[in-house]
Amino acid sequence: MDLLTPELGLFFWTLIAFIAVFLILRKFAWGPILSSLGEREKGIADSIASAERIKAEMTQFKSENEKLMAQAREERTVMLREAKEMKDRIVNEAKEQAKEEANKIIVDAQHQIQQQKMAALTEVKNEIGNLAVEVATKILRKQMSAAEGQDAYMQLLSEDIKLN
Amino acid sequence: MIFKRLFPLMILLFALLGNTVSAFSQEEVSHQNVHNEHEGAAHEGKKQLNITELVFGHVSDSHEWHLFSLEGEHGHEKEIALPLPVILYRPGKGLSVFSYSKFHGGWYLDNAGNHISNTTYDGLYVEKNMKEKIKAEDGSKVYDFSITKNVLSMLISVVIIFWLMISAAKKYKAGLVAAPTGFQNALEIAIIFIRDEVAKPNLGKKHPKYMPMLLTIFFFIWVNNLLGLLPGGANFTGNIAVTLCLSLVSFIVLLVRANGHFWGHLLNPPGVPTGIKFLLVPIEIISLFIKPVALTIRLFANMLAGHIVILCVVSMIFIFSAMSKAAGIGFVPVSLAFSVFMFMLELLVAAIQAFIFTNLTAVFIGQAVEEVHAHDEAHAH
Repeated sequence: MDLLTPELGLFFWTLIAFIAVFLILRKFAWGPILSSLGEREKGIADSIASAERIKAEMTQFKSENEKLMAQAREERTVMLREAKEMKDRIVNEAKEQAKEEANKIIVDAQHQIQQQKMAALTEVKNEIGNLAVEVATKILRKQMSAAEGQDAYMQLLSEDIKLN
Repeated sequence: MIFKRLFPLMILLFALLGNTVSAFSQEEVSHQNVHNEHEGAAHEGKKQLNITELVFGHVSDSHEWHLFSLEGEHGHEKEIALPLPVILYRPGKGLSVFSYSKFHGGWYLDNAGNHISNTTYDGLYVEKNMKEKIKAEDGSKVYDFSITKNVLSMLISVVIIFWLMISAAKKYKAGLVAAPTGFQNALEIAIIFIRDEVAKPNLGKKHPKYMPMLLTIFFFIWVNNLLGLLPGGANFTGNIAVTLCLSLVSFIVLLVRANGHFWGHLLNPPGVPTGIKFLLVPIEIISLFIKPVALTIRLFANMLAGHIVILCVVSMIFIFSAMSKAAGIGFVPVSLAFSVFMFMLELLVAAIQAFIFTNLTAVFIGQAVEEVHAHDEAHAH
């Protein structure tokens, strides 16, 4: 039982020492340690939170970028299509115009050909007429130069008159 | 919680070992008695091996720090010990301070089996059985406030705690959010463990207020437990005065901090028939006072048992060598293996007991400062 009876002296010194340790450590050790542990934990938590936030922002930026890219791609496709359409239109228009022009030129050419043919024909007719007259003149001259021709002619003329 | 699972195992182990130890010491006591009877007739030259005395001499407090014994002249052992200051208060005579070396003259056995010092000083003598008591020859009351081995050991531990904690705390002041270095790391693990595993689950939002107290209790007990394990160390935390003091501190904190809700539940449990209250309230009051007792006994018994087991295991060498030298030498490896195992276990127990004391303190205070919660509000409706 001796071991189970507490000694007053040891109790007293333990109490004093414990209270002293408590008071001194509370002021000089636990206070600063606990507060800076708390601060550090808060700092780490804040850092993690801000990292998360930045990550989220980055994902947002990325998705925005992707959206922009998609938009740009779409616009490019639209522009390409439009350009193609325009090109086709222009080419077609040009073709049409060219065809029209060509037709016009052909028509004009035909006109001119016709005119020139007519002119040529007229000239040929005139020439032929002139030639015929010349030939007739020459023949007449030859016929008239002889007396019998003159008589025949006289007879012919007189026949005409008689007829009248 | 691996600690909690280990604890019952530990207790079981201690109980088993403790039983063997007590069987041993009883055997030794009877052995010794036989020898004492013989002693009168044939005065043997060789000093009798008294394991009970040896073990209890080592685990109980002393006014000198015993280092080792030398084989002196005439077969008498010469004790090499550091005498410590004796501080006494005697009503009427006042305070007296002197060195324990004043009682240097050896011992004689009285009829009750106590060792009594041959020398007296200032009307005082020393009576030594399991404990060492300084008594007045005229039988008057002596209050002993000596710096005993335990007190000195505690003062050393206090110095160590101050040195460790304040040097670690300085690093925190230097760099606020810097990464911990060196010893700071180890300390931080312990501090965060106490905060997150002990304080927060039991005290909730109020835990910052109790952290300094819990940390002080934890490190005070732990460092003292470890110091007690050193060879030649004092059995400070295995002394009931110490554990009583610590548990009274936590009990007083509990009583001071306990809120109305706690006292209400204790003295007038809601929703209980009046007849039952007469039965329940005394039980509740007893359970309140059992808390510090449980704290006291748990730490005291665990540390004391550990010390006794180690001492006994080591002593086995001498018990066997007293039978025959060969047996003693043969037992050395077994005993060494056992004591190494026990030391390892005690290292664990030193931390576990510190943790358990702190944890139970937190649990008890947590119960006392608990706010009215949803469950009780439901009662009120």
